[in-house]
Amino acid sequence: MPLSATTIFIIYSKKERTMKKLKIGDLEKIREKVARTRVLREGKARARITVHMGTCGIAAGARDILSAVMEEIEKRKVKDVIVTTSGCAGLCSREPMVTVELVDKPPVKYVDLTPEKIKKIFSEHILKGNIVTEYALAVGSETTH
Amino acid sequence: MQDLSLHILDIVENSIDAGATKIEIMIDEDIEHNQLKIKIKDNGKGMDKETLKKVLDPFYTTKTVRRVGLGLSLFAQTVKEADGKIEIRSKLKKGTAVSANLKYNHIDRKPMGNIIETIMALLATKAQDIDFIYIHKKNKNEFVLNTKEIKKKLNSIMINEPEVLNFLRTRIKKGLKEIGVAV
Repeated sequence: MPLSATTIFIIYSKKERTMKKLKIGDLEKIREKVARTRVLREGKARARITVHMGTCGIAAGARDILSAVMEEIEKRKVKDVIVTTSGCAGLCSREPMVTVELVDKPPVKYVDLTPEKIKKIFSEHILKGNIVTEYALAVGSETTH
Repeated sequence: MQDLSLHILDIVENSIDAGATKIEIMIDEDIEHNQLKIKIKDNGKGMDKETLKKVLDPFYTTKTVRRVGLGLSLFAQTVKEADGKIEIRSKLKKGTAVSANLKYNHIDRKPMGNIIETIMALLATKAQDIDFIYIHKKNKNEFVLNTKEIKKKLNSIMINEPEVLNFLRTRIKKGLKEIGVAV
């Protein structure tokens, strides 16, 4: 099936022999809206959250942890938090894990996570800068990048 | 792994680690022929023949932080349980393709799970640098999502902006529903 230059989503039905392209006008509207509200993305972000997505992490529930992080960002309309993923950090038994790095602060690894714990880490550590020590593995000086 | 969508996320993570800039995820639910096909194809650094022989061995890994490599071995096990076949093709500097063909109605076939969350996890974290093509077929219908085209439309706006992701999630859900995939 050829993908034309303007094709974004396609639903193709061989039975009906029709190809229906979903409207992309909505996407353009969103683009304009985001452009107006965007402020800090290009500048320095306040925090980076790295979700460990190795086989061990995924099997332990890392995808739900990532969804929970995304939900917090959306709910709180935070524009300057970067979410990324990395591989296994070698501590498979403590997955799901995330590493939280605030600007100019040492990274903190959180272990044995649940979506509930993410809510607390988000409101306490990311937004207020207070490390949630009860969920943290250690506070170190290494970075994930 | 609980379901196939998590295996897919795991295999795609291999592609990301291999430095791929383009990753194609294809799922084909061919109920008529009682087949469920899954294919993940990347343009990453690929593997030589020697490495390719070892990838399904749980005690082979490229990592130094631990001594086991379970991703592909676990997937191979899942495929085998559903009376299926797995094939891995790879060419150094060209890329790798992992194809699995499972028996759709096999009693031990793991469920698909939440494929939308797998795709969203990739879009939210990696789609800015990597082009993803997600093709989902069900019987004679198919749904295609191509992030390269989406990014072109978005111009300088990031694909991982919450508003954009929200829009994409809704659209994927709608698209899958329309081709008859239960979401």
